[in-house]
Amino acid sequence: MNNTTQPIVRMQQLNKHFGSLHVLKHIDMQITPGEVVVVIGASGSGKSTLIRCINGLEEFQSGFLEVDSNELRPYGKSSEALQTIRTEVGMVFQQFNLFPHLSVIDNITLAPMKVRGWSRTDAVEAAKRLLERVGIADQADKYPSHLSGGQQQRVALARALAMEPRLMLFDEPTSALDPEMIGEVLDAMRELAKEGMTMVIVTHEMGFAREVADRVVFIHQGEITEEGPPEKLFDTPQHERTQSFLARVLKH
Amino acid sequence: MEVNFQFDWLAAFESIPHLLPGIPWTLLISFGGLAIGFFIGIFFGLLRISPLRWLRWPAIFYVEVFRGTPILVQVLFIFYGLPQILGGPINALVAGIAAIAVNSGAYISEIVRGSVQSIERGQGEASLSLGLSRTQAFRYVIWPQAFRRMIPPLGNQAIISIKDTSLFSVIGVGELVRQGQIYIATTFTALEVYFMVALMYLAITWTLSIVLRQLELRGLAGQ
Repeated sequence: MNNTTQPIVRMQQLNKHFGSLHVLKHIDMQITPGEVVVVIGASGSGKSTLIRCINGLEEFQSGFLEVDSNELRPYGKSSEALQTIRTEVGMVFQQFNLFPHLSVIDNITLAPMKVRGWSRTDAVEAAKRLLERVGIADQADKYPSHLSGGQQQRVALARALAMEPRLMLFDEPTSALDPEMIGEVLDAMRELAKEGMTMVIVTHEMGFAREVADRVVFIHQGEITEEGPPEKLFDTPQHERTQSFLARVLKH
Repeated sequence: MEVNFQFDWLAAFESIPHLLPGIPWTLLISFGGLAIGFFIGIFFGLLRISPLRWLRWPAIFYVEVFRGTPILVQVLFIFYGLPQILGGPINALVAGIAAIAVNSGAYISEIVRGSVQSIERGQGEASLSLGLSRTQAFRYVIWPQAFRRMIPPLGNQAIISIKDTSLFSVIGVGELVRQGQIYIATTFTALEVYFMVALMYLAITWTLSIVLRQLELRGLAGQ
């Protein structure tokens, strides 16, 4: 890691509440360009909420958050900074969230055309290259419902990449998939990591985390309990919470 | 009691040419009113889901008033009541179309609201995460999906409104029931004529049902 590069995400003392529930507690986190960060933790620990704060799908109540020098303020409703952030940060969701009324190609070209103002020809050309890259070039004219879960998630990845993001967020990208389809999605993500994409990944796939992560962050009840390189965190976890979590998930 | 009646088929058939002139009126009032009601429905339906309370409130008021009062009272109010305010008579056809418009508009605004709100949250989130503005997300992602879901309940509303026009015989507009009443006044063949009137409504609503089913099938094919 190059210490002279500016972090692409800076989070300081970030707090988030859902009503009386304190879901994120004093989160400090920095992400350097090119880094792959995997966030792990039990369900309900706040890990999804954490990455959803980065592109403003969740608002936070106090603290500092800056993404690529655009500052998001607490209670940040739609602002210009948020709009800029969303064009630079891509996201892949657990439930894919493809647009069911649009063909695969139209799913991918919508945002580049409407947000970036690309011509249809350029957008389609770029979309086809992306579909090839995720290995489903032959499905361009189908509708999402005609694809398998694994294919849908790869389309969702291509759709996010079409905006040429500087940072990619993954919110449990394989949790809704049948076991035999998890591999193809992880492969596509692995490729992306190799190409140097900055990625923040929430996942339960510990083997994958160990393999691709530069850093693993363990969250427990809204707090970052422990973080470090994967070998260190998985093999010699320091904190008792981390140890018991890993003991539970690695047993399976 | 001795039951002794005969259905006079000849009288039924003879009534047809006298009833047919009612059909264009029935269709004009129904579809004219529904077309306007559709735009009223979209307008108030979207106000209803606005994040701003002062925009939601008039929409709630509108729906409550026109859904909560009988359409017969609404058309009587428009035809006999409004002229006292406007200072001049209102054409019965205009009154009929207006009644269908404001009445179906209230129901359609609930259809619009329900359909838009039924679209999964993730659709909007995915749109926003791609950098689309809220307006773009609505226009390109939410609305087209919501519109497909509106087709079946809109068809239902159209059928209800077509039947509602029968009430407008009371303001003398020459729709199907009115034509039947006029004809019966000279022939006294109520049984046969109202049977034929019913058949004609059925022909209209049945045709509409078939068209709607085709639309639904085509709408689903794209998903």
